[in-house]
Amino acid sequence: MAKAKGAIVVDVERCKGCQVCMVNCPTDTIGMATEVNGKGYHYAYMKNPENCTGCTNCAIVCPDGVITVYRVKQN
Amino acid sequence: MKELALMKGNEAIAEAAIRAGVDGYFGYPITPQSEVMEYLMLQKPEERTGMVVLQAESEVASINMLYGAAGTGKKVMTSSSSPGISLMQEGISYIAGAELPCLIVNVVRGGPGLGTIQPSQADYFQSTKGGGHGDYRLIVLAPASVQEMADFVDLGFELAFKYRNPALILTDGLIGQMMEKVELSPQKERVTEFDQSWVTTGKTKDRERNIITSLNLDPDLQYEHNLKLQAKYKSMEQDVMFEKTECDDADFLLVAYGSSARICQKVVEMARSRGKKVGLLRPQTLFPFPSVELARMARKVKGMMAVELSAGQMVEDVKLAVNGRIPVSHYGMVGGKIHSPDDVLNELEKKYIGGY
Amino acid sequence: MEVKEIIRPENLVYRRTPLMTDANLSYCPGCGHGTVHRLIMEVVEEMGIQEDTIGIAPVGCSVLAYDFMNIDCTQAAHGRAPAVATGIKRLWPDKYVFTYQGDGDLAAIGTAETIHACNRGENITIFFVNNGIYGMTGGQMAPTTLEGMKSSTSPYGRNNATMGPPYKITEMVAQLEGVHYVTRQAVHKPGPVRKAKKAIRKALELQKENKGLSLIEFVSNCNSGWKMTPNDSNTWMEENMFPFYPMGDI
Repeated sequence: MAKAKGAIVVDVERCKGCQVCMVNCPTDTIGMATEVNGKGYHYAYMKNPENCTGCTNCAIVCPDGVITVYRVKQN
Repeated sequence: MKELALMKGNEAIAEAAIRAGVDGYFGYPITPQSEVMEYLMLQKPEERTGMVVLQAESEVASINMLYGAAGTGKKVMTSSSSPGISLMQEGISYIAGAELPCLIVNVVRGGPGLGTIQPSQADYFQSTKGGGHGDYRLIVLAPASVQEMADFVDLGFELAFKYRNPALILTDGLIGQMMEKVELSPQKERVTEFDQSWVTTGKTKDRERNIITSLNLDPDLQYEHNLKLQAKYKSMEQDVMFEKTECDDADFLLVAYGSSARICQKVVEMARSRGKKVGLLRPQTLFPFPSVELARMARKVKGMMAVELSAGQMVEDVKLAVNGRIPVSHYGMVGGKIHSPDDVLNELEKKYIGGY
Repeated sequence: MEVKEIIRPENLVYRRTPLMTDANLSYCPGCGHGTVHRLIMEVVEEMGIQEDTIGIAPVGCSVLAYDFMNIDCTQAAHGRAPAVATGIKRLWPDKYVFTYQGDGDLAAIGTAETIHACNRGENITIFFVNNGIYGMTGGQMAPTTLEGMKSSTSPYGRNNATMGPPYKITEMVAQLEGVHYVTRQAVHKPGPVRKAKKAIRKALELQKENKGLSLIEFVSNCNSGWKMTPNDSNTWMEENMFPFYPMGDI
């Protein structure tokens, strides 16, 4: 069965650390960094990159549009 | 061949608007100016020129329709009377702040409050000093005949676009309701090219997006914007317009605009027939105000009297122009009553001619 | 498979639309405004109508909407956006004109302009973000604030007896003849976001077909005004706002 493998890129400086992406990630890929960005926010990052399927859920709920999503299909 | 018509001042404004190639009129009924929209609706301007005429739900809505439409670079106008113009003040301030060209007509009635539907000139302060919030000015034109009601529509748009600033025709129920002969201008084509440096007609690939706004949260930007506006208002002085009657040898000068100037023309005639050297200066633009000419006249005459249908509003600008050089006084009826030429002449004789 | 092998241009499946400008959104973390802005711009991009679209920004939190959307915009006085849109659309009937308004703007001070633009069936789209509060001015009671809900001007909770009950202006305008399409959406979860985007597309396509006015209400959060974390505010919204402001076409 074809399985999608994905990855996200977070625009760290734009991220406001709201965590909406994190709770909406169905595969527990996303976590919040312990470090902060230039604005002082704990930004989103791929805590478990191996889990990501590239479903885009995180990106489309991100109010600041900081997430870019990539996906490949694997057999 | 001249095209002549006998029409009311309000109708002349409406007909002139169609002929000036105006794209849109947004208004709300109020006495004594309702004929403007009535005439427009009767004329089917959407068929004559493609002009849009829309009756809004309020003056608040009509001025904001004007704001939106003016931001697209089209020629748009509204008309109302005093209480309605008061309702529009927020929108007018936005239009001035965003530097949009448009034409507003105020057919003034007596106030304050709901007041009376009789003519008045008590909206002078509101028209020439801003009216809404913030430091801004309108270009203010004061017609004294039905002919000027028609002519100033085109002039108003010319100046509004020249300065990217709202222009206001300040008239009253007397001229609005009066019928006179008027020579109509030929039909102008509606404009189809718009200045892409500022209009909001959709961002094309060859330009940055345009934004119509009066908001500058950064005080440095708002400061600069205000300085720019003030410089623009100052530069309007080059377009000052006034008419002088029997001023060359005058000892006393009447200063009056609009309907009151018509009365004062008769006063000059009566005074001259009695051998009194009285002249009349009639501002046709109230902003810019003919201050320079009044200062010049102050060196030649012994006194000036501002004659207005108000408790004394324009007189303040006359005093500022004269700067204490000669006596300046005010005379005028208030609350919708109209002074007669005899009233004015009596006052003039009592105050100046008899007293010197 | 390594992450860097996945992150390649040919594998791109989602990116921020270039119709959003580079300006940082001035909204609080987790605020739904940013999502609604982006969805509108995605639809404008997908329909290829950037050159023919004019947006009207309101007064309120989204007053600076024009800073974030890369289209021609006019900023309207508080509540007057439907009148401003009317002025533009009447003179440019072939353009796409939309207003973007909050609940205070649309349902309180702008009630008259909203209802009359709807009643005339102006061929425009109204995007209405309802978060039940005045966010910009610091969390005061809005016409849509729920009964018992605390705000800075209803610190003991909205008292319907003295303050009047919240009202559903969306249901009200749906009764008007000129209104063609009315729907209530949300953008707090992926499913609702996808539905909301379809609704936006439908509304703008209806404009093209000259069908009259369309209004989309987005029930949204105001985590700062509600004094909650973003995710808590979304949960609270589902539990409290959605029963009173139910999702779906009206």
